[in-house]
Amino acid sequence: MEITIKYFGQIAEETNTTEETIRIENGNISNILTLLLKKYDGLKYKDFQVAQNQEIVSPETEITGAEIALLPPFSGG
Amino acid sequence: MKDKKPKNVFIKGAITHEFIGNSIYKHQSKTSIGAHNIFLGQVRADKVDDKTVSAIEYTAYEDMANQKFHDIREATFNKFNLTCMHIYHSLGTVKAGEICLFVFVSAPHRKVVFDALEYVVEEIKAHVPVFGKEIFEDQSHQWKKNT
Repeated sequence: MEITIKYFGQIAEETNTTEETIRIENGNISNILTLLLKKYDGLKYKDFQVAQNQEIVSPETEITGAEIALLPPFSGG
Repeated sequence: MKDKKPKNVFIKGAITHEFIGNSIYKHQSKTSIGAHNIFLGQVRADKVDDKTVSAIEYTAYEDMANQKFHDIREATFNKFNLTCMHIYHSLGTVKAGEICLFVFVSAPHRKVVFDALEYVVEEIKAHVPVFGKEIFEDQSHQWKKNT
């Protein structure tokens, strides 16, 4: 399936893009992370959480096809 | 004052004293209110080594952030007996000394507004995907992290 991945803050600095589409077979979030860590070497030094369909998920969560976002530490307020 | 659809909490640039004053003024017609409590987040000119923060540039995962603000509103109304509540957060550049977060809670009596305001601000800091880039006077930057 095709999945939209969004990047924010210092993660977007690392990937040099704020959004892209990737193709991936069914699986879980960790499969996406493996793929992205291969593509963007510097990501492994970064602290981030993953959201799927705007909810924070764990690496074991199954991919649904909804939008994925890589979120660095929050710093609102 | 409860509403079901997430509304847009974000304001471009700093939140001005006129906006804040006007928001207070608009509550004069709501005469069941006896107590307001307001939190204003202000950009600090932090010193890091020999550099000083001159501004913070805010970005957000806006759809998720507005949904989270909405969830926080709902949870706060369920937990506390408030008459109304308003949250505004800046996006884009806010200079040191300017206001970037405005939380305004109102109730018939005072006790509830103290507890409710702290709850709302802490929930925002912990759960809303907003990202602050601290810009130094020499235009270099570092990423802010809530503690």
